[in-house]
Amino acid sequence: MEKPDYDIVIIGGGPAGLTAGLYASRARLKTLLLEKMAPGGQALVTDWIENYPGFPEGISGVDLVDKMTEQARRFDLEIETGDVVSLGLGSEAGSDPGLKTIVLQDKTISASAIIIASGASPTPLGAPGEERFFGRGLSFCATCDGPFYKDKVVVAVGGGDTAVQESLFLTRFAKKVYLVHRRDQLRATGILQERILANPKIEILWDCVVSGINGLSNIENIAVENVKTGAQKTIAADGLFVWIGIMPSTSFLNGVAKLDSSNFILTNEKMETSIPGVFAAGDVRSKSLRQISTAVGDAAVAAFSAEHYIESLKS
Amino acid sequence: MSKTIIEVNDDNFDKEILKSDKPVLLDFWAPWCGPCKAIGPVIDGLAADYGDRVTFAKMNVDDNPATPSQYEVRAIPTLMIFKDGKVSEQATGMMPKTKIEDLIKKAL
Repeated sequence: MEKPDYDIVIIGGGPAGLTAGLYASRARLKTLLLEKMAPGGQALVTDWIENYPGFPEGISGVDLVDKMTEQARRFDLEIETGDVVSLGLGSEAGSDPGLKTIVLQDKTISASAIIIASGASPTPLGAPGEERFFGRGLSFCATCDGPFYKDKVVVAVGGGDTAVQESLFLTRFAKKVYLVHRRDQLRATGILQERILANPKIEILWDCVVSGINGLSNIENIAVENVKTGAQKTIAADGLFVWIGIMPSTSFLNGVAKLDSSNFILTNEKMETSIPGVFAAGDVRSKSLRQISTAVGDAAVAAFSAEHYIESLKS
Repeated sequence: MSKTIIEVNDDNFDKEILKSDKPVLLDFWAPWCGPCKAIGPVIDGLAADYGDRVTFAKMNVDDNPATPSQYEVRAIPTLMIFKDGKVSEQATGMMPKTKIEDLIKKAL
């Protein structure tokens, strides 16, 4: 058997990838983590995390992933910047199942096992004008862009934890935040619902969707439609923040591993995908609750399963 | 911070950016922005590769309100390439190294 460059290659450097890297490195497996940008993932755009155990006062997303990165590096995890284009999974006829290839833009790396922790990115609204206004009033990141809206009016969209938490953050700057939500109740967890309903700067537009984004070069107003009554309304606003869900980052898979109907990767409880030696962890995986706390749990299991898979190749 | 990246402000923007004889990549950032922090090392790496042909600069939008407002920066990180005093390319948000490299190559 040809010796691969690494025992394990991890794709993605958010909390799941960093945790898989920590476990694999401590198991003394030669491990490389590939990250498109810099370690952190979606946690980097999260203002404040108060449901990750061990930080009773809460912690900023940036600080938490800094600590996770430092902890993984302590055990000699290699971290490289690299954008994965495609994978060779050893399932092709005549190929060695224990030798998988990871194709990057400028080189190809081989490994015995792969852990996919490539995460997800925000789902766009699909409203006309959306692309034109990105960076010109349209944002997916309150911690990045919220301070530009001091004493201005902004519209936020969504009803889950992210939408509610980040809308609350926006009230530190904006004089008024409209929260547009397509249903008549929020999905966000209880304490966040209590906070948003009690915040005088926030007005929730129930049963509504954004039907248009308008402005000359920057956003000037947002068209909103009530899905039950069909009533239209235009809100003069400088910013639009969108948190209606996430899409998995799985394009490099080219359909080789089994996905669910929303393109999240299907695994069993050992985090095994449909391809032997390929594991998935974190937000990219098909599951019911996407949190940092569930991502790191997935990742520990994935690294443990990968270790067993590599041992099985030797016997 | 790398020596090859200059810190510019509202006062020296004209001299360092608009009157630069080389193309300039300007990174608008702020200390409270996670993605800005993440993109920093990527830009450092590119500065090492392209620093001889392109000037790399960064501006803290908290300390320097005039320039971001003049260029309608409403989101960070925002990267702008200035060529002969004018914006030739711009991009906003988290982006992979290859995308930033493409911006630079277009300016060369």
